[in-house]
Amino acid sequence: MKIHEYQAKEILKRFGVAVPQGKVAFTPGEAREVAEELHGKVVVKAQIHAGGRGKGGGVKLAGSVAEAEKLAAEMIGMTLVTHQTGSEGKQVHKVLIEETMDIARELYVGVVLDRAKSQLVFMASTEGGVEIEKVAAETPEKILKEYIDPAAGLLPFQAGKLAFGLGLSGDQFKNGVKFLMALYKAFVAVDASLAEINPLVVTKDGRVLALDAKINLDDNAMFRHKDLVEYRDLNEEEPLEVEASKYNLNYIKLDGEVGCMVNGAGLAMATMDIIKLAGSEPANFLDVGGSASAETVENGFKILLGDKNVKAVLINIFGGIVRCDRVATGVIDAVSKVNINVPVVIRLQGTNAEEAAEILNNSDLEFTVATTLKDGAEKVVATIHK
Amino acid sequence: MSILIDESIRLVVQGITGGEGSFHTKQMIEYGTQVVAGVTPGKGGRKFDDKVPIFNTVAEAVEEEGANTSVIFVPPPFAADAIMEAADAGVKLVVCITEGIPTVDMVNVKNYLLSRIARLIGPNCPGIISPGKCKVGIMPGFIHIPGPVGVISRSGTLTYEAVHQLAGLGIGQSTCIGIGGDPVIGTTFVDALAYYQKDNDTKAVVLIGEIGGTAEEEAAEFVKKNVDKPVVGFVAGRTAPPGRRMGHAGAIISGGKGSAADKMKALKAAGIHVVESPAEIGVTVQKAMKVYEL
Repeated sequence: MKIHEYQAKEILKRFGVAVPQGKVAFTPGEAREVAEELHGKVVVKAQIHAGGRGKGGGVKLAGSVAEAEKLAAEMIGMTLVTHQTGSEGKQVHKVLIEETMDIARELYVGVVLDRAKSQLVFMASTEGGVEIEKVAAETPEKILKEYIDPAAGLLPFQAGKLAFGLGLSGDQFKNGVKFLMALYKAFVAVDASLAEINPLVVTKDGRVLALDAKINLDDNAMFRHKDLVEYRDLNEEEPLEVEASKYNLNYIKLDGEVGCMVNGAGLAMATMDIIKLAGSEPANFLDVGGSASAETVENGFKILLGDKNVKAVLINIFGGIVRCDRVATGVIDAVSKVNINVPVVIRLQGTNAEEAAEILNNSDLEFTVATTLKDGAEKVVATIHK
Repeated sequence: MSILIDESIRLVVQGITGGEGSFHTKQMIEYGTQVVAGVTPGKGGRKFDDKVPIFNTVAEAVEEEGANTSVIFVPPPFAADAIMEAADAGVKLVVCITEGIPTVDMVNVKNYLLSRIARLIGPNCPGIISPGKCKVGIMPGFIHIPGPVGVISRSGTLTYEAVHQLAGLGIGQSTCIGIGGDPVIGTTFVDALAYYQKDNDTKAVVLIGEIGGTAEEEAAEFVKKNVDKPVVGFVAGRTAPPGRRMGHAGAIISGGKGSAADKMKALKAAGIHVVESPAEIGVTVQKAMKVYEL
């Protein structure tokens, strides 16, 4: 789950990670109040789930309370386009108002899972403010790494190595070590899947703070973080995906024209791939789960047809434990309840596939029945190109 | 022969009284798997289906019934603990079906397993089957036929699809392993490939990867150096957008890494027969086996 910068900073602060003073504002009036508390000179930061906000005009300095209010008024409601939002951009609904500071250095610290080692890894770099992927590709030697033994956690000597490596000394060093130790504590405590502090800044008076903060939370761990569930911001999500999540359907909207409904994530991806190979583009990823019951199929159709770009639908179900004839009956049930105005190609394979084909062929609904994966993809693409 | 499991294993089902656990226990018994015990804390002393003794702990199941393999159908909040309990009880192979275990929990599990003999398969996987001998998991047994091809995959239904294609051509399987769709898993492609390479009855291997992580790249490296059997590979997700989790917790292209194109390139460079279309897995295995005169 993605969260906003201001939410990430709330978490960090709770665990003793130094962050600038500030507060989120939903209206220009609130922005004014926060700016007053911070004595006028502030930075106004648009809160959206995407990076590159500065370049897109989503981060601006205000010299006075009035200017902060004016900038907030401009930003709230604007559509911000960055390299991560896509060309349609994202609407800004709130801004973070923060104190400004005299920055001496901009550094980078990140915590991620190293999948190959099955361990968390701390990464630090003196190249703050730059995209870490770029640093990793061009100058990998500039990234310091410390792998974490989960039984021991981040050890003080490891934090020390990173802090020395970042060129910190004296008070900066002490503050840097404290920062890293607290960051690890926060990461594990909230079940983060990623934390990026970019930039991590060293101020002229020796403080070490998170000027920006990005934290992703592990969806699988949300059951033990009821307090963090409210951090989910539905404004940041595709409306159809929000709708699908209500039905417990795993749906991701894409830009193509062939809607697809599949059981299992791997087969769903493979189905998208073969639609492209057949000469079209998938409109979505949709995994209806192992059981593919009449109810999930019906809900799946509602979601698929909510996307106006969809010109045809391919249903690809591999019936294993679930028998295909049951799935076929479910599909017919669902289709008779939902008004479907695009061609539907169905491929059911596995247990009782022949009975299923018969049930579909005998129904008075208009389906095209396919046998193999390739056949299904070619038939659905043909209905569009006809 | 087969790898990791055959008709001699003695299986304990953790979470045997739950909905999934009880359903699949029956299916496994029907397929011929020796299910010798079940574990549900608090229900020890009862019997499952009037046949299989239920214990409170895995340790008791090992002691009383000689269980040496475990399959886990325990809900996500308790699954990591269940894996470690099985490993601590001396079980040699632990297959965890559960989807949705927090990543931090699995990081701890992996660390715990370093000092135990148990091998973990999964989590978030369909399990493992040696056709005609036994199955430990949730895959439909009847689509499989015994034969010379090993199948390893990060996916469930896509594996069934591949097996179905193979069986349709009369090509059987030695052992099929679903290694799981999570970012942290027990048995990797590399581990499984090492077993297949050593197994005399496995003549060829099908490897089904997907976007996210570097498991396919590591497999490619391993195949180049250590595997002389033909390997056919497919990577799902070439149309997946970056930064989005495609169903599986581990299926995500992040920071520009983990794309299907990169993985296919790595597999090809290692001499693996990479199929562009998921519909051609079966026929490509057939061709490869002809070339190798298998």
